[in-house]
Amino acid sequence: MIAASEPTQRPPQARLLVVDCQGRIAHARRSALAEFLRPGDLLIANDAATLPASLRGVHLPTGASIEVRLAGRRSLAPEDVGFSAVVFGEGDFHMRTEDRPAPPIVSPGDTLALGPLQAGVERLLGHPRLVSLRFDGSADTVWSGLARHGRPIQYAHVPTPLALWDVWAPIAGLPAAFEPPSAGFALDWQTLANIRSRGAAFATITHAAGISSTGDAALDRLLPFDESYRISEATAAAIAAARSRGERIIAIGTTVVRSLEHAAIPGGVRSGHGLATGRIGAASQLSVVDAILSGTHEPGTSHYELLRAFTGDATLRHATEELDARAYRTHEFGDSVLIERSCFSAALL
Amino acid sequence: MQNGFHGLRVAVTGGTSGLGLALVREFLGRGARVAFVARGRKGIERVLREHPDAHGIVGDVGRKDDIYPIAMEIAGELGGLDVLVNNASDLGPVPLALLGDTACEDLERALSTNLLGPFRLTKALLGALAASSREGRGAVVLNVSSDAAINAYPGWGAYGASKAALHHLSRIWNEELAADGVRFLSLDPGDMDTPLHALAVPDADPATLKPPQTAAREMADVIASVLQGGTDDRFLSSVAPPL
Repeated sequence: MIAASEPTQRPPQARLLVVDCQGRIAHARRSALAEFLRPGDLLIANDAATLPASLRGVHLPTGASIEVRLAGRRSLAPEDVGFSAVVFGEGDFHMRTEDRPAPPIVSPGDTLALGPLQAGVERLLGHPRLVSLRFDGSADTVWSGLARHGRPIQYAHVPTPLALWDVWAPIAGLPAAFEPPSAGFALDWQTLANIRSRGAAFATITHAAGISSTGDAALDRLLPFDESYRISEATAAAIAAARSRGERIIAIGTTVVRSLEHAAIPGGVRSGHGLATGRIGAASQLSVVDAILSGTHEPGTSHYELLRAFTGDATLRHATEELDARAYRTHEFGDSVLIERSCFSAALL
Repeated sequence: MQNGFHGLRVAVTGGTSGLGLALVREFLGRGARVAFVARGRKGIERVLREHPDAHGIVGDVGRKDDIYPIAMEIAGELGGLDVLVNNASDLGPVPLALLGDTACEDLERALSTNLLGPFRLTKALLGALAASSREGRGAVVLNVSSDAAINAYPGWGAYGASKAALHHLSRIWNEELAADGVRFLSLDPGDMDTPLHALAVPDADPATLKPPQTAAREMADVIASVLQGGTDDRFLSSVAPPL
């Protein structure tokens, strides 16, 4: 696969690799997504807008330049502006995260000047670079400071600075994600109309998608961090109704799988707020989601691990070979896969 | 007319004077959570002293680079959005001028504030509005229009052309987003006793003009009826006629 380096959410040539429940593989234009749906399917996307979660500033006790990447939050309430964050040293997204110099030693009580914002380090969260921050001022002061000073978190494979419009999908609503729930980049308003025309339904959850990489092996082993999410009563009701009719639940993105499976109850999901913990992988038993639309992922990443809950390793290897052979593009602005949960029992794989 | 706004999240652009300020007061009075946008920090602080529960946002909807920060603040501070009122308006040349005497820059500014600004801000907040609709709360965008959008008043070329385009944009958007449950209104508040009207017609007798709070009440009533009429398609199929 090759890295998608242009911040274009829906390039006309975007492609879709489809894996059906028997492990058969097909290739299509991604704009033809609706053709792979059945009447009655329920598609569920993550409608979180992406926070400008990268804040440049200074570690006041040492005067050192730092970058703070907000990474977690206890809830999605507007007045909750307490964040966990990863501290980076000098440099910016042009440098690969693993090549970035270490930040200064950060201790509880230290003050960080982040543009118009000032934040105190409350405590370390199990790693010298992972901290809990308390911003000075009212919640509105923090929102305003983030809106003006923050930039989208980005990585070296996209060389041009990202603007918020690059990372907000058309359906993006509540600013809550720390990195874009990029599977949703496939959806525009025309696609939603096509989904409706197909007789399929569309619903959303809001899930605070976290950061995907820190460049620090010990920190990366902790990913994904716990993520706040909210499932509306309307979405929970739509899921229960679809399941009772035996229709498919199709998750748009790994974050949707994470929240729906975390909120699973017999016959559907709990509505309301939750904090998704743990990882989904080969050993996970999916109880809500039947198929996933996702980006293309390299083996070894936590996103790839999640795909192993849907289908067998041999099928995924075959899919990866096809993605490589046909030069699919990867990362957040890349191509997509649609993988249906294997219809063979686990014992046969 | 029922109140209809309790707990709803409403954003108003141009919210520190004239109709915008009257709308902020009207929505707050009806129990809504209100964010308002204006260019000047001083004006925002003045309104916040009077209404400390409101959320004031500094930004110029006529500037492209301000749009996403404004949208982020609106959706962040209110926790989503149910009603967006694109009220901020630019008159074009002041004093009013015949089109032949209108500087291109004055027309560009009127289009930026009255047409491109509402388009950009609505587009940035469409996801939040559609989410509100999916949750059964309804979603309405009110674009403040003018009889100058319909009638060819000499001297009102820049303003009238920009408002005519906004009116048509509202109508098309209303058709396109009906299935997503986001409904668009384009309403003419009438000639009001506001700073904008004073700029346009300095010698008008205020006694002959509508108080902005009257227009604000009328507009809030229309929005409430659209929000409450889940199956009422009067406003789904076409934009309401100017008041």
